[in-house]
This record gives sequence, C-alpha cells and structure tokens, in this order.
Amino acid sequence: MLDLTYDSPKPKVIAGAKHDWELVIGMEVHAQISSRAKLFSGASTRFGAEPNSNVSFVDAAMPGMLPVINEYCVEQAVRTGLGLKAQINLWSAFDRKNYFYPDQPAGYQISQLYHPLVGEGEILVDMEPGIARKVRIERIHVEQDAGKSIHDMDPAMSFVDLNRAGVALMEIVSRPDIRGPEEAAAYITKLRQILRYLGTCDGNMQNGNLRADVNVSVCRPGAYEKYMETQDFAHLGTRCEIKNMNSMRFIQLAIDHEAKRQIAILEGGGTVEQETRLYDPDKNETRSMRSKEEAHDYRYFPDPDLLPLEIEQGWVDDIRAALPELPDEKKARFVKDFGLSEYDASVLTAEHENAAYFEQVAAGNDGKLAANWVINELFGRLKKDDRDITDSPIAPENLGQIVGLIKSEEISGKIAKDVFEIAYTSGREPREIVETEGMKQVTDTGAIEAAVDEVIAANPAQVEKAKANPKLAGWFVGQVMKATGGKANPKAVNEIVQAKLGL
Amino acid sequence: MSELTKLTLAGARDALKKGDVTSLELTEACLGAIEGAGALNAFVHQTPDLARDRANAADERLKAGDAPKMCGLPIGIKDLFCTEGVPSQAASRILEGFRPEYESTVSAQLRDAGAVMLGKLNMDEFAMGSSNETSVYGNAVNPWRRGNDETQLTPGGSSGGSASAVAADLCLAATGTDTGGSIRQPAAFTGITGIKPTYGRCSRWGIVAFASSLDQAGPMTKDVRDAAIMLEAMCGHDPKDSTSAELAVPDFEAMLTGDIRGKVIGIPREYRMEGMPEEIEALWQKGTEMLKDAGAEIRDISLPHTKYALPAYYVIAPAEASSNLARYDGVRYGRRAKLSQGDGVVEMYEKTRAEGFGHEVQRRVMVGTYVLSAGFYDAYYNRARKVRTLIKRDFEQAFDAGVDAILTPATPSAAFGLGEMAEADPVQMYLNDVFTVTVNLAGLPGISVPTGLDRQGLPLGLQLIGRPWEEGDLLNCAYSLERAAGFVEKPAKWW
Repeated sequence: MLDLTYDSPKPKVIAGAKHDWELVIGMEVHAQISSRAKLFSGASTRFGAEPNSNVSFVDAAMPGMLPVINEYCVEQAVRTGLGLKAQINLWSAFDRKNYFYPDQPAGYQISQLYHPLVGEGEILVDMEPGIARKVRIERIHVEQDAGKSIHDMDPAMSFVDLNRAGVALMEIVSRPDIRGPEEAAAYITKLRQILRYLGTCDGNMQNGNLRADVNVSVCRPGAYEKYMETQDFAHLGTRCEIKNMNSMRFIQLAIDHEAKRQIAILEGGGTVEQETRLYDPDKNETRSMRSKEEAHDYRYFPDPDLLPLEIEQGWVDDIRAALPELPDEKKARFVKDFGLSEYDASVLTAEHENAAYFEQVAAGNDGKLAANWVINELFGRLKKDDRDITDSPIAPENLGQIVGLIKSEEISGKIAKDVFEIAYTSGREPREIVETEGMKQVTDTGAIEAAVDEVIAANPAQVEKAKANPKLAGWFVGQVMKATGGKANPKAVNEIVQAKLGL
Repeated sequence: MSELTKLTLAGARDALKKGDVTSLELTEACLGAIEGAGALNAFVHQTPDLARDRANAADERLKAGDAPKMCGLPIGIKDLFCTEGVPSQAASRILEGFRPEYESTVSAQLRDAGAVMLGKLNMDEFAMGSSNETSVYGNAVNPWRRGNDETQLTPGGSSGGSASAVAADLCLAATGTDTGGSIRQPAAFTGITGIKPTYGRCSRWGIVAFASSLDQAGPMTKDVRDAAIMLEAMCGHDPKDSTSAELAVPDFEAMLTGDIRGKVIGIPREYRMEGMPEEIEALWQKGTEMLKDAGAEIRDISLPHTKYALPAYYVIAPAEASSNLARYDGVRYGRRAKLSQGDGVVEMYEKTRAEGFGHEVQRRVMVGTYVLSAGFYDAYYNRARKVRTLIKRDFEQAFDAGVDAILTPATPSAAFGLGEMAEADPVQMYLNDVFTVTVNLAGLPGISVPTGLDRQGLPLGLQLIGRPWEEGDLLNCAYSLERAAGFVEKPAKWW
C-alpha cells in the first residue's frame, strides 16, 4: 500500500471574551445508496418523478404489507464499509424506530440501532498537501428514508410525497474527531469523493442524497487530548446537534455560529443544554428544534418482519476484491508514478472521472506535462463551457497526442494551444491538424538560419544596438518566430541568433 | 339443500369429482345457510356474486378434468385477510371502507386451488380478544348452547366468526389466524378442528398484522382430514414474506394413516393448572388413554418455564402491535375523524385513533408503547424475549429427548357466555390463552381437536403440539385422536 505521510492540522481556536476555546465536531451523514430500487419495496428511486408515482403498497404502509430486503443495497453498504476500511458485521439486524409523522407512513422507520451492518472504520481528511486529519468512523447502518411533507403549496393544507419514502440510506457516523468548520467541510468532501469512487452514492447534495447532522461542542484547549487518551466524553463539552444540513457553506457557517453561541453561554456562567437545533441560513443562526426533554422516545425494537441479516465472508471478500482504487491510493500512485506534486495529484483525483481521463492522457507521455495540460488547459476550457469531463469534446487520446507532440518538440507549447483549440472545437485528431495546417515546428537549422540571416540583414541598426546590449537579442528571436509563423523551435532560434550576432 | 353444507371438504371434493353435485349447488346451499344465520353474526361481508362466478369457473374446470385440490369448495375468509376489492377491515372501525387492491398470499393460494370465497368472517378487532366481543361488527355467536339454556355463548376468539360459521355449517371450512390461540381456542369452543402451523409455514403477506413474530394463518375445519387438505393449499414459501420458510409442502392428507404406534406423546406436568375444572382434567386423561390405546408411548415431561409464557406473551404481542398499528393514522386509508377548526396533524392522529380503535386495542397499544419505552425496555420487552427463548428451549429439550407430540387441554373451560367477562379484569380474559400461547412463543405447530362434551353439552377440545415443520406427523396424531374420540356431535339448530 502506498502512503503519503502527513501531519495533523491544528484545531480551530476561537478566542472568547475570557479565554480560548476549541471545537469538537462529530457528523452523522445520511448518504442515499445508489440503487434503482428502494430498500424494502422494489419501487423505483428515480429522482424528479411525479409526486407519489414511485410508491408501492409497502411504501404506503398498506395493511398486511411486508418489507423484503434489497440485496443490492446491502452490497452497496458493504462496499462502502470496505472503502472506509471498516469492520463488516456478518450478522446484523434491523430495528424499528417508532414515531408518528405523515411522511412516515408505517409510523416507524426501519433502521439498525443495536446491530449495524458496518462497524469501525476511518477516513483520512486532506486539508492541504502534507496535512490531513484521520477521522474515525464509529458505524454505518442501513435505513429507510422518509417521504416529504410539503407545507407551502396551500395555506390550509399540507401535502405528502412518498417518492422518497423507503429509499435506502446509509447513516455514516463519525467519532468526534473533527476540529473545525473547514475540517467539517473537508470531511464531507472526502467522504463524498470516496462514495463516488465506490459508486455507492451519487453525493448530490442539492438533491438531498447527501445530508449531514452535525454535533458541535466546545472545550478548553487540552481537554480534547484528555478525551482522546481516555475516550471519556466527560472531558468534552455538552453537544448540540444541528440537523439536516445539505450545503458545505452552511455547514461551516452553522458550526461557527453554534460554537460562538455555546462559548457565549459558557463564558456568561451558563450551561449548554443538549438539544437538537436547526440552522437558518437567512439569519445565519441556529435555533432550538427540541430539547432533551422533548426528545422523541423512539421505542426501538427488533423488526419482527425481517430476519437478521446474515452475510457470508466469501461474499464480502468478493466485493473487496472488486473494489476500485480509492482516492488516497490513487493520489499516492500519481505522485509516485507520474512525478506529480501532491497538489496536482489531489486535483486530478478529486473525481475519479478526472483521474481516469488524466491516466489516458498520460499513457506513454510525460506525466507532469499531461497533468499541466489537463488541469490548466482542459479544466479551464471545460469550465468556460460549463461542461463536465464526461462530455469533454476532446477525447483523452487526442489530448495525449498533443502532449506527445510537445514532448517530441514537433510543436511548440504556444502552437499546441492552437492545436488544442482546433481539436476541442472540431474533434479532429491533433496529428492530422498539425500536418494539414502546417503547424509543425521547424527544427531544421538550415531553414532557421536562413530566417535569422534575413532578419539580421534587414535590420542593421538593431544589430548594432544588440551588440552593445545583448538583452536585445530577444527582439530578433521574436522577429524570427513571427516570420516563421511561430513554428520555429524557439530554443534553436535563440541559439542561432546568439551565434549570428556573435554574442 | 342444507345437507350439502354439512359436507366436509373431503366429502364435497369427492362428490364434485363424481359429478354428484356442482360447485354452484354447494355454493348456493352455503349462501342460503348464511342468509338464514344472521343471528350468528359470523359472516360480516358476503360476496355472493364473486362466489357464484368462482363456483361456475370451478365447475368448468371440474368438467374439463383440470381441477386443483380445493376446486369448487366454498369457504369463508377471516376479515383479517386482505381480499382484493372486498372490504377487509380487521373488524375495526379504523379500516372502515377499506377495500384492498391486493389479495393476501394465503387467500390467493386458496383461490388458485379453486376454493370459492363466500365472504368475510367476524373476529375480534385486529385479532385482539378471546371472545369475538371486541369486533366493530358486534360479537359472533356460538351455535352451541348449554342444553336448553338460551344464553348466548361466545364462539371464542379471535377467529370467532370462522369457528361459528364452520360449526354451524355455513361454509365447509374457513381461514383463521392464530397469534396466541386465536384458531385453537375458538375451534375448541365450537367443536371443530383448527391448526396453527409452524411459524413461517404460511405467508403473512396481506394479512393485517397483529404481532408479527407470532401471527400465523391456519385452517378451521370440520375434521382433521379437511385441516390437512386446506393447510396444504394455504402454506408454502412466499418471497414477499421474509419470515416465510423455503420448504417444500408435503402432501399432508397422504400422511393421515392413523398409525401412531411407537410415537412418544409427552404430557407436560406444568399444564396441570391450579383450579382447572375437573372435566378438563378428565378429558385430558381420556385423551391420553386413547393415544396410549392407539399404540403411542405416554411420557410425563416437564416444560418448566410454562408459567412465564402468558406474561411474556402479553408483553411481546402488545409491543409489536403498538408498532404495527401505528400506520392506522387516518392519512392514507380507512377512517379519518372529523376535525375542528384549527386542528392540526396531532389532533387528526389523536381523534382518528381514539374513535377508530376499540378499548381492547387501545389498551394493548398503550401496554405495548409502555413496555418499549426508554427505561422500561429491558425490564419488560427484553426480559420477555429471554423468557421466550427459554420456553422455546423447554420444547426443544422435550423433542430432543424423543417426544413426538405433546398433549394438553386446548382451553381452561368450555365456551362462556357472551358478556360474562365484561366486568372482569382483562387478565381473566387473557387466561383463555394459557395453554396455547406457549406454542406461538416457540413458533411450533399446534392443533385443537374436539374430543368430547362437558356436562352442559358443550364441546371441549384437546391440543396436540408438534415438532417444528412436522405438521404431517402432527395431523396424523390428531387424526388418530379424532378417530378414537369419535366426536360427531353437532349443535342443535336454533338460529
């Protein structure tokens, strides 16, 4: 296994009126499992369907209906667990979480409280090259999503859309190892990246298929280290849970606000109440949703409609064997095999589609040069067109050709940009473009010499000046390049100009 | 005409095959009997048109020589089963007007086996009760009476309508469901046969859930042979029910040889309850002798945790029920309470459930909610689960020691009068299940066989408990007991 060494980042410190405070953050991320069918009903999960069209009798909790587990969803959750280097529990079970709400038709959600499918794992959260936070994963359990209540369509009535009811979710629960708002956002980014690599969650936060409950507490410097030594939560402050966040920006703002709110309470001599809060982005504040006393008693108990979920080690091994290369390994390999900087490797591995594209460009080419072209030229051009790498108009083989032509000095970097533009807009092959358009770099010294002679002969005054001030030789190089339509090899031109001017 | 309704499934099947009678004739005879039996309040929704259509179709198939096993046989279906397009409301106000768009697996299998559904049968609300008195339709009535005493008696519960209908020859057989004794107790109270198969034998899909880990469907029939015929049609693996067993279904009827020589019958000493009526004790003794005479070895056994079964059952069943019944909220189907100005969703839930559920259902929902609450879960629910494991182990040890079946009384008394328990502590009513709940907790098959009459002329039954998945052997044992007991009495028609 390739590994990049790293140091842990410094925790975020907030200066209170009286003294400094540190943040302690744990996350519960609800990730929608990529699956065409729901967790227990077989109904479709297609996003954007007509309200209440993806609803089976099971989803609507009709009398006598029973859940049957979707094995593919279990496979996806196991894959996720393996991707997070987690313990896979061969024996797990489903529990009912009971509460009344119109978008929860059965009056309970099927979840896994007592025996989750996936146990302890970890995520390495990259902050900057060489700096990363290892966040421990406590567990991942599989559960159903609820439907959606719509309160703003009618002044008097509420509407319910059950399309999402019963869709499979993974709840990925971290330990309180995240130490600041930026780390929280980076944690989500990294988790999302891994899930997308694994193909187990689309990670589309706007569509709600990645949502986070954020647990925030504050403590005095030094307290967290005591917690880490003992794993005793008594060293940490009382936490508040901010529910249902689906924007990176708002997560950071909410954590920041919540930390400051708690600090103000503590410095004022008060105590933080454990409670569930909601973030209001319009006012940039969190508000109490329900206190500990008002907390639901969910009356969890094992779902008698479902047998315990028993899976075979051999099946887990098969899934493990088929895992794709994951971001950390890919990044380390890019650094090692292509000689990339960690920064460039991070950029290229952020999305596995980008990484795959890059590898095709880099095949048989100079890795660094390929990375430059992908990151600077291609990404820039795609961004300008608001296009995705998956529908890039220039195929990776063609960009690879351009990189190859530069490396073999058949075209200059400058000409290459023109070739790129033509290839990008027309889809033509770079080699053919260079041939047809006569864009090949002139490396024939005879031809270059002739061009230099011509320029020297035509500009005797400049020759004198240049002899006095050798820096002016550049002017001759420019003239020659112009005369050759940019096709002359600039290095060769420079050498010949110097020689001819006797510098 | 009325003679036709007295036929057993086997008798009618043979008559149909010979062409002595048509399914339509049988069906009309039953419909006529139902028409004349309003006083029993057994059928709560009749489906005469559907029945005639199915009877005609069955007659076609019989003529074509392509008759499945229950072709043309008219039966009743407990209201707990969802039946497509036909009211299915679990005898509850809260499911008023509910007509499912689907057919339960069990009733679909019966339909596919050619059986003719006559209508839906009365029961206790959500199968919670032992007397059929919690039904929104009003109680069903037992066709049996105490001699000339006109006191109306309970047919038992929760499958009271099924028991009453079969005992009164309104249909040839009926489906029941059994969570703590709801097939076996009413069968015993009405002099018919009822078997609860091993948990997982019959699909629960499409049956309104009471307590999911205990509920099983089973047949209620005029004799053991009919139970074998009908059970075979009802059971089998169903991928739509995760708890349904992936096992082949044997030809149960073919296993009825009546030969039980060498079989070991266990007599559990813990079932000899304090204050048990002498008549029950005597019946049990008589049954033991009959099996012994048939060549079985009788062995005293101990099931030491029996006394904890009833309390454990009345924790587990309400706990599951409290969750299973949460879906009846007035949002999507069934009855929704009229709301007042300003009422919100909480008021809708509260009013709907307050007026939609009867007292017994409300009591169990509250008990179940309580035992699952934070702080009480371990003391009640978890402890009950442990007791359940121990009860199961008691049986396993007996079977491991070579016992083939266990003989017990089916009920602690004969049928009691309707309303007699109205003022009693609810626990008095729960005691009806004392001999039957252990079987549900352990997931075993149990059958109630009518074995005699008490002094007042009311039927009494004995229960045989079998090894898991060995309903065939259990039925054969019951068949032997039935033959020895020779119970042929019928209630005198008064309705």
